[in-house]
Amino acid sequence: MAEVTLNNVSKAYGKTQAVADISMTIEDGAFVVLLGPTGAGKTTTLRLISGLEKLDSGSIHIGGRDVGDDTPAQRDVAMVFQQYSLYPHLTVRDNLAFPLRSPILKTPEDVIAQKVQTIAETLQIPHKLDNKATELSGGEMQRVSIGRALVRDPQIYLMDEPLSSLDAKLRADLRVELKRIHADLGATLLYVTHDQVEAMTMATHIGVLENGRLVQYGTPREVYEDPASIYVASRLGSPRINILPAALFPGNHKGDQIGLRPENIQQGDGIEATIIRSEHLGDQTRLHLDLQGHAITTLTDPHQDYADNTTIKISPRDPLYFDATGGRVA
Amino acid sequence: MAQIVIKNVKKQFGDFTAVRESSFTIEDGEFFMLLGPSGCGKTTTLRMIAGLELPTSGEIFLDGEEISQRPPSQRDIAFVFQMFALYPHMNVRKNISYPLVSQGMPRAKVREKVAEVAKILGIEDILDRPVGGLSGGDRQRVALGRAIVREPKAFMMDEPLGALDAEFREHMAEELRALHDRMGATTVYVTHDQLEAMQMGDKIVVMNNAVVEQFGTPQEIYDKPATMFVADFIGSPSMNFLNFHGKVGSGSADVAMHQNTFAIPQTREPFEGDMAFGVRPEHITLSDDAPFRAEIIATEYLGTTQIVTLKTAGGEAKARISAKHPAKTGDTVGLQFNPNTITLFDRQTGRALKSELNEGVLHG
Repeated sequence: MAEVTLNNVSKAYGKTQAVADISMTIEDGAFVVLLGPTGAGKTTTLRLISGLEKLDSGSIHIGGRDVGDDTPAQRDVAMVFQQYSLYPHLTVRDNLAFPLRSPILKTPEDVIAQKVQTIAETLQIPHKLDNKATELSGGEMQRVSIGRALVRDPQIYLMDEPLSSLDAKLRADLRVELKRIHADLGATLLYVTHDQVEAMTMATHIGVLENGRLVQYGTPREVYEDPASIYVASRLGSPRINILPAALFPGNHKGDQIGLRPENIQQGDGIEATIIRSEHLGDQTRLHLDLQGHAITTLTDPHQDYADNTTIKISPRDPLYFDATGGRVA
Repeated sequence: MAQIVIKNVKKQFGDFTAVRESSFTIEDGEFFMLLGPSGCGKTTTLRMIAGLELPTSGEIFLDGEEISQRPPSQRDIAFVFQMFALYPHMNVRKNISYPLVSQGMPRAKVREKVAEVAKILGIEDILDRPVGGLSGGDRQRVALGRAIVREPKAFMMDEPLGALDAEFREHMAEELRALHDRMGATTVYVTHDQLEAMQMGDKIVVMNNAVVEQFGTPQEIYDKPATMFVADFIGSPSMNFLNFHGKVGSGSADVAMHQNTFAIPQTREPFEGDMAFGVRPEHITLSDDAPFRAEIIATEYLGTTQIVTLKTAGGEAKARISAKHPAKTGDTVGLQFNPNTITLFDRQTGRALKSELNEGVLHG
């Protein structure tokens, strides 16, 4: 495994600037998640590192070596795509062994057999090794396609939303599994997603992308607790952070806009807001409030019952402040 | 608007039973969710209410009138499929007008109605646009408009938000619910997404394998699951089941499990055998000196909270605790459970044992 560095990397498709001047270091052994909505440049960044796209400008180093002119094979990266693409006519065993049998790697058969077995156990599919790829469930197929990357010992694993086509339960299981695999193998991983839960739970570092730019890079805790802008603050946390004019609340303010996470709205004292609706989600209850025409979402105890259209008093706790353009000021 | 009563309704396709003897009541004005995994019979139930399928036996009452064998056109129910189904060659206004024009309503009246619906949905400015160039959200609003404009007694919706990405789905779910609150129309909504059901529904029916497993308000179903299936299907992460072999009397206020004794809501029936100790992730606390030990095998940071995966004598469990609480993979910790929230299950049948907690909810 190796450290990967991006220096001022840019890529445009015609007039669309897909990736703009991104610099970042993916440390050896890190699990970096690139987070952003569709079109933010996540997948393009991944494809630039893998060599599937060519750089317009900037440079990429893998293990200290400039790989700008290398083919994907020479870069020695392993990629997992969103849509699992297995060889349908081969067994799970042969699908997993396939990359190792490539003429570049020239792995002896007994080593292959052993590696395949180890990976199958890690992914909890050893009993499926002799099944045809088409005889698997969706979750098993995605595990095999992750396994096909993991049998190799590349410089870095690149994963493009590998869990997005799976159902919620399986996604939760595989999140934990991927994290464990990362810890066990000491692997370097770059993982692309628009799912904030995946980013928060698995990453050692999150890179938040906005219109091709890297707007913040840090640990999940840093990005959640100390966001650089309204855009970043809105990417993490569910329900989403409330952004309001600071002047709604009495007192001195350090910025024009105030950012309050739903759990940071204190009930009991302060200014009056009207309850529009309560949502009982079991472990928490969400209150949708109206504060002088502004919509606010907050959380309350699961067994607290409020009638619609009654009022409660609220006040901010641990507010974040942003300027008029959305930049963080305090 | 209308009350819908489903009484012993059953549906068979040849040898296959899609819905087995189901009964429940949808009150006037309710937003009612049919929830379950694929193949559980929820869509078939919806289609029987709408008249797209006829029940093999049983009765369906719409406002007191038995309608189970009537054709859909005589039921006055609007069905909203995947919301993208619009007439592509017509503009927005014509799409929404279509059901009224085909009923032979005078043109002036149609115009008035369409204007009214457009206002409710906030799409007045796109009425003359072709539907081809509309955004996903607007297309859905138009499809809804076409259902609303008839002023039916009830709406049937079959996973209308299923095809959308997470962020937009949450937004449309809120909009749909707000629309329902403005109009107050009885709505029956099919989904396999438990969060969607909890978020939007006044009441939920949880179905599995053609059977209604439980019927109640979201909070009731969450707190007092009638079966292990329901406990597992609702909540994320779902309820933990610690396995043990043991016994409780009727009126016990604690249970012995893996060499420890735990307080529980007072039982209302005796049981001996293989049981599951059901506890929700947020009702587990980590405590250094608690005697019931577990090893931390994973932690997942979620901002305010974190999910800690634990290996216990009863199997794997997940706890949701404050992100500020230190938890390190590999450490051994003690576990405590909030005693008022525990449900014991018969592992063999999956049925919840009756207790002080759930006695008002469970039947039969």
